[in-house]
Amino acid sequence: MSMNNEFEHIPQEKFQFVQMDAHLHDQRLETKSRTFMQDAMRRFAKNKSSVVATWILAFLVLFSIVSPMLSMYNINDKDKLYINYPSYVPSIAKLGLGIMDGAKVHSSQNDASMDYWAGIAQETGMDPALRVVGEHVTQVKYRGQMVDRKTYDLEVNRYYELGVVYRVFSYAEFEKIQAWQDETGIQVIYPYVDPADINGITDNPNIWYEVDGKGAAQKDKDGNFVPVYSTNKAIEGAEYHSLRVEGDDGSYIYSTAKSGAVQARVCYYNYYIYLNGHEPTYIFGTNSMGQDLFCGVGIGARFSLIFAIIVSAINLTIGAIYGAIQGYYGGKIDLYMDRISDILSGIPFVVVITLFQRHLSQKVGIVPSFLFAFVLTGWIGMAALTRKQFYRFKSQEFVMAARTLGASDGRLMFRHVFPNAIGTIITSCALVIPNVIRSETTITYLGIVDLSSFAGTTIGTLLSQGNAAVTTAPHTLLWPSLFLSLLMISFNLFGNGLRDAFNPTTRGEDD
Amino acid sequence: MLKYTLQRILYMFIVFMIITLMCFVLIRMLPLAPLPAGDPHTAIVEARREAMGYNKPYLEQFWMFLKNVVTKFDWGVSDKLFLGQDVVDIFTQRLPATVIVNLYSIIFAIPIGIALGVFAALKKNTWVDYLISTLTMVVISVPSFVYAFLIQYIFSFKLGWLPFLMKSGTDWFSPAMFVSMLPAIMSLAFGTIAGFTRTTRAELTEVLTSEFMLLARTKGLTKAQATVRHALRNCFVVVVPAIIGEFVSILGGSLIIERIFSIPGVGRLTIDAINGQDYPIFMLTTCFYTAIGLAASLVVDISYGFIDPRIRMGSKK
Repeated sequence: MSMNNEFEHIPQEKFQFVQMDAHLHDQRLETKSRTFMQDAMRRFAKNKSSVVATWILAFLVLFSIVSPMLSMYNINDKDKLYINYPSYVPSIAKLGLGIMDGAKVHSSQNDASMDYWAGIAQETGMDPALRVVGEHVTQVKYRGQMVDRKTYDLEVNRYYELGVVYRVFSYAEFEKIQAWQDETGIQVIYPYVDPADINGITDNPNIWYEVDGKGAAQKDKDGNFVPVYSTNKAIEGAEYHSLRVEGDDGSYIYSTAKSGAVQARVCYYNYYIYLNGHEPTYIFGTNSMGQDLFCGVGIGARFSLIFAIIVSAINLTIGAIYGAIQGYYGGKIDLYMDRISDILSGIPFVVVITLFQRHLSQKVGIVPSFLFAFVLTGWIGMAALTRKQFYRFKSQEFVMAARTLGASDGRLMFRHVFPNAIGTIITSCALVIPNVIRSETTITYLGIVDLSSFAGTTIGTLLSQGNAAVTTAPHTLLWPSLFLSLLMISFNLFGNGLRDAFNPTTRGEDD
Repeated sequence: MLKYTLQRILYMFIVFMIITLMCFVLIRMLPLAPLPAGDPHTAIVEARREAMGYNKPYLEQFWMFLKNVVTKFDWGVSDKLFLGQDVVDIFTQRLPATVIVNLYSIIFAIPIGIALGVFAALKKNTWVDYLISTLTMVVISVPSFVYAFLIQYIFSFKLGWLPFLMKSGTDWFSPAMFVSMLPAIMSLAFGTIAGFTRTTRAELTEVLTSEFMLLARTKGLTKAQATVRHALRNCFVVVVPAIIGEFVSILGGSLIIERIFSIPGVGRLTIDAINGQDYPIFMLTTCFYTAIGLAASLVVDISYGFIDPRIRMGSKK
């Protein structure tokens, strides 16, 4: 006792540092401390494939935002004749690079059909024939003799190829086009050709020259076309006082009467400019509805992305809460809740979609009922994941400590256990989104749900339209598929990167 | 183990019945398909509807439905697409196409998938492994219908080697039929191959680094012996249930692939029934898909117990 007293009142001066001059061998921690998030982000940035995937993903998202704005069309612009046409941008086509020139190969074109292209070129001034990509010589028996027949594989600009079409106008419209022609100097209306003068051919407005019985051009001795424009004033539909074609002395008629209206031969390319104010410009081409694919893919992707993000957010929230309750309380509650999710997950997805669509779409709209269907079973995976994490953490000491300090159940769940599971949850979020997009695309492809009236179009709808034209217009399938595939791959790579970043221990494992 | 299995089967059955009841009521609540006037089958369908109790309370209807199914295996008659025909007949006609296409696809896919997975795991962290893993990732990410389009475009259109659509007829095992199924088989197989490659690789790499592998090598086994006798066997604890699950789900088929290649299978029938609003067919396919899904998960769970004694012991608790 007395010994203690001796140490009780030591004056301050008597204290001194033990290691005042000694060298410290420990190094000071000089780096800044990192939070969990920063650490994960650093690990993520090290993973090259994920970073690339993130950039691609960012590009695709940007594309879906920007492309409908950049496009000259909106999704409701449906051209009636430019259907399944390949990619065409006039300014690039003029460079002759062989890209975006609306080209399509027509195989085995004989001399007569070469004349046909030349006819269009001469009349409209726009040559559809781009280049000959192949020549074949075949020997054909003709009137008892072997004759060489030359055929060509010809690349044709489809937009020019259409050439001249028949159109019926009201008198006022006919006048309006003439006024527009005078103003711009672009000729839309071409002289009328009486079918009687071309061997009664009524279904081919591109013939303006003398033809034989088969529709092949009959040229004069210099090899020129012989125009057969009608001068028969008796069948003229309306007075014409605008641009005239070369060689017209004013006697050609430009329309014919057609039950209260006029029918005219119209160069569709120029008529298109008259209607839309610009040349046809389809970066990705058009689909089977005559919509601009560049815009369509963007619109479809927008819907897919927004829909997938909303669905994932709802599913993650429901799943996290449900799983938290299951995992935290355990026992009977867990058992019963598990039974409910077992039953829900047992219903085939396509059945859920169909039933929701049939029952709810009339009442709440197509998109909400579609969303409900995704939510009904979508949260189950998330719930199972959260439940597992809760079982892992709930018996650990820090939870017991918090409980001892009097934390409520809710606080324990969402302040103490849940943050530990956040990495897993973020990761699964990045992997849930592509799955939602995939299901959504499948359902709209199959036509079980038609979202065109709401969203304009969807990737699934575009794919199903493209699938019908896989041989004639493969580009209609290419762009939506390419977009979807890139989106899926980059989302999955991105998700894998996140998983590795948040759970370094499970690196490289696939669950 | 037997008790566990029986418990699981019973539980599965209860879940199945609850789902069936829910779907049944929801489907019966939908407005009935209007019948074409004057068609000779209209009277039959109307009589059948009366007999199926369409005007009674739903639970009573369900009871009648169950009684018919259990005693006579009578699922009703189609009232829209195949007016007046028995639903079970329509369905059983569609089953062979689905089963055969899927069977071919997994017969090809599983050995290739496992072989690639084993190969990648053995060559871990070499360019071969990276190539296989990357391809697997890409193939799993891209939806199967994109391959279907590619195959259709390249093999059917550009090269002209394969037909566009499956040929009609019921000569399921003729060579011509096989060739016409090839596009569909290939499209289905891609995903399965990638799935098995990934599972096998992940499992085998883990097993290969475990300590008993080191012991096996220490006691004098060659690398090949150790891999085949110890690593592969352990790895198959996960792979075999996956194979079994795959075999159960071949019955289900693929909605989208069957549509693209016009396979007259169960998936097509389901889509037709949905789009054509033929509810008796839809009810049958609903039950069918539910049963397949539940059976697959049940079989997988139980097979784990049969294959791996450690899991069997665990289930006794």
